[in-house]
Amino acid sequence: MSTPYAKLPGWAEYGLIPLVNLAVAFLVAGLVVLLVGENPLEAAYHLINGAFGRGEYLGFTLYYATTFIFTGLAVAVAFHAGLFNIGGEGQAYVGGIGVALACLWLDQTMPWFVVFPLAILGSAFFGAAWAFLPGWLQAKRGSHIVITTIMFNFIASSLMVYLLTRVLKPLGSMSPQTRTFAEGGQLPKLDWLLAIFGLDIGTAPFNVSFLLALVAAFCVWLLIWRTKLGYEMRTMGHSPSAARYAGMSESRITVITMMISGALAGMMALNPIMGEQGRMQLDFVQGAGFVGIAVALMGRSHPAGIIPAAVLFGMLYQGGAEISFEMPSISRDMIVIIQGLVILFAGALENMFRPAIARLFAMQSRRSAVVAQTKGA
Amino acid sequence: MDNIAIELRGIDKSFGPVHANKNINLKVRKGTIHGIIGENGAGKSTLMSILYGFYQADSGEILVDGKAVSIRDPNAAIAAGIGMVHQHFMLVENFTVLENIMLGAEDSQILNKGIAKARVELKRLEREYALEVDPDAVIEELPVGLQQRVEILKALYRRADILILDEPTGVLTPAEADHLFRVLEQLKSQGKTVILITHKLREIMAITDEVSVMRRGEMVATRTTAETSVEELAELMVGRRVLLRVEKGEARPGEVKLAVEGLTVKDGRGVTMVDNVSFNLKAGEIVGIAGVAGNGQSELLEAISGIRRAVSGSVHLNGKPIEVTGRADPSDLRNRGLAHVPEDRHHVGLVLKFEECENAILGYHHDKRYLNGVFLNVDAIRKDAEKRIAEYDIRPPNPRLKTANFSGGNQQKIVLAREMERGPDVLIIGQPTRGVDVGAIEFIHRRIIEMRDQGMAVLLVSVELDEIRALSDRILVMFAGRVVGERGPDATEGELGLLMAGVEGRKEAAE
Ligand SMILES: Nc1ncnc2c1ncn2[C@@H]1O[C@H](COP(=O)(O)OP(=O)(O)OP(=O)(O)O)[C@@H](O)[C@H]1O
Ligand SMILES: [Mg+2]
Repeated sequence: MSTPYAKLPGWAEYGLIPLVNLAVAFLVAGLVVLLVGENPLEAAYHLINGAFGRGEYLGFTLYYATTFIFTGLAVAVAFHAGLFNIGGEGQAYVGGIGVALACLWLDQTMPWFVVFPLAILGSAFFGAAWAFLPGWLQAKRGSHIVITTIMFNFIASSLMVYLLTRVLKPLGSMSPQTRTFAEGGQLPKLDWLLAIFGLDIGTAPFNVSFLLALVAAFCVWLLIWRTKLGYEMRTMGHSPSAARYAGMSESRITVITMMISGALAGMMALNPIMGEQGRMQLDFVQGAGFVGIAVALMGRSHPAGIIPAAVLFGMLYQGGAEISFEMPSISRDMIVIIQGLVILFAGALENMFRPAIARLFAMQSRRSAVVAQTKGA
Repeated sequence: MDNIAIELRGIDKSFGPVHANKNINLKVRKGTIHGIIGENGAGKSTLMSILYGFYQADSGEILVDGKAVSIRDPNAAIAAGIGMVHQHFMLVENFTVLENIMLGAEDSQILNKGIAKARVELKRLEREYALEVDPDAVIEELPVGLQQRVEILKALYRRADILILDEPTGVLTPAEADHLFRVLEQLKSQGKTVILITHKLREIMAITDEVSVMRRGEMVATRTTAETSVEELAELMVGRRVLLRVEKGEARPGEVKLAVEGLTVKDGRGVTMVDNVSFNLKAGEIVGIAGVAGNGQSELLEAISGIRRAVSGSVHLNGKPIEVTGRADPSDLRNRGLAHVPEDRHHVGLVLKFEECENAILGYHHDKRYLNGVFLNVDAIRKDAEKRIAEYDIRPPNPRLKTANFSGGNQQKIVLAREMERGPDVLIIGQPTRGVDVGAIEFIHRRIIEMRDQGMAVLLVSVELDEIRALSDRILVMFAGRVVGERGPDATEGELGLLMAGVEGRKEAAE
């Protein structure tokens, strides 16, 4: 009796409902476009075409998706243990330190495949460290993680401004960023991957960190559903009292989970720093930590859902930029509204259409039962 | 034919491969109390959920007062005059009684008018059915018995003529249950119709007019209560003869396994729940703790099993201390041979969203045989779960089914199987047969006795006095957090009842 709605078949639960939600989100977004006096069909065309129309566009879409996979996974891991990590933004930002240090140290002497593993470790370490503090504060002091992680986003921001203007900036430079890395600090593009499909990557920064993101997604699946730690995390997430009964240490799981979550968020920094700009700049995270929340929500905190959700948001980013380029009266802010609508319908109002769809299914199965009976008679 | 309140025709319902209701036909006569019994997972709750609009039948018809009705949701059920008292109450905890009763039936946009009207109506209902309850009391401060009364009032306030109660006495003390039955009799005499689901055949015999039996999704029999017997009903339910009495030999107590000394436990608000309790538990004996629910038994179990910190006192397990006042670690205690079946299976003993096999290792997930390094050995876990499922006849026999989708009794068996099958030295067990059918009760009781005979020490807490008397070798009675008396297994019900009410105990303590 826990769910008043009848159970739906898997394909409806994980396929149909998200699609309906998405369709409604786009319908409402279309209305908004209509309101500003533009043609929604044209906007839709630019969105889709801008995201997938050419190899280069696709490359950008997947580049953004890479970032969102990392931050989406970060939120999802914490969520399984019942923790709401809003601090992906700050953890990714601080994670950049690890990437930058590895690159600045070795980029001139080592090839990328030596620097990359070190940068991975560095980003994960700094991201984890930044998440450790809120985790520890909740475990030992009871300060709520939602509050502390938000505050840590601001601290991270100030810290990075300090580092980029005082410490990591080369002497004499006027911009708040590290020096540009030599070849060893730049990741190869995945042009060959798109070439398989006959597409030309152009200038798009789609790079090997995408493959790392896929590996991370698989590891998260392993962690959550196939390890003892994941089992403990899920127990705590579903029922803290059952976790206590089973002798699981709430504070230990909280701290470890937050560190894993922070490490994943931190690894996001690899993509823009080593994969695109070849240096660490101010504000390179650009809200990806927050988008991760929406991605995790939409992907139901499951890696298999997070990857398509990340691609969807990559498409909104890339295609959205294209819309505002082609249709000047639709500004960047409009794109944010559309993204907001997707989050609203796919995340927050997820259950809005469920009763109606469940009812349709119930009617359908009753009808087929009647048919079966009359046939039998 | 004219006086049929509810008729079900050919109701059929499947959950995926589970055929929960198979072509069910049932007639409930107006102004009667109609019992429904059946094994765990027989489909009783499902059938009632269909009648109340929680689930939709795949096929079949519902007739209320001879007219076919379509019950798409609980609102439609209420409109048709059907009310339901849920096993897990659906009340707003921090609302008052009156607010809860009005919720969703406010009548008027201006709340004050509605409140005044509701108050008058409530007074009338209280008088008519002996359902006294303070309308301004806050729900969370009421004992369960009174909360249940509020649920009944809620249904009556919505003018229900037909009242469904799904295992209403599972959580009640004997006195509260008696009162409930008086209320039901009263309802009946006013022409209301009552459908009562219960596993306690004694209650069926005492109060119902007719009783229908379900087995494996089918309605197998309907009897006039006066013309049947407990034995016949038990046999109809299970499909074989059931031993309703527990047979056990003399206990041969050995060395002390669990020694509790001056244990004192306070709850979150600082109220003393367990007050200076001392006792010993020996190998090969069952010590039962009797008492009206809420007199400290739960807290006692929690303190011993390391879930709740005690204020003072000591507990020794196999001669070595348990840090009950410090950081006792439940998983460490498990390793030392202490197993614990918690009273609250839904929130403590199980994770309802887990697959069955995941719950089968809860608390034992450090066990080497379930692990490959840091990874779970999924195959081993499932194999083990399958074995338990077979041994304990857990239905449906699917280790991958979500635990919430098992019926109440089968959920209980999942916990029991997990805790009992590891051969612990000390088994602490709270409400072992709450919501469990007669066949399974027989099985569980036999198992507990077997464990005792193999030399295990069993501490049993139950609000079922019958169960305590049937199983225990020694009975401790708790009242207001203290042990107010110890009796042998031959103590009479009256004697224990007085102790439980705190009457005898005070005298004894004074002596
Ligand atoms: N939502 C659901 N999804 C899948 N299976 C379900 C669901 N609800 C019930 N079942 C299955 O249907 C069968 C009947 O369950 P039901 O709860 O009606 O039994 P019951 O007779 O009330 O048992 P108990 O006496 O233990 O409460 C069981 O096998 C149960 O596992
Ligand atoms: Mg039931």
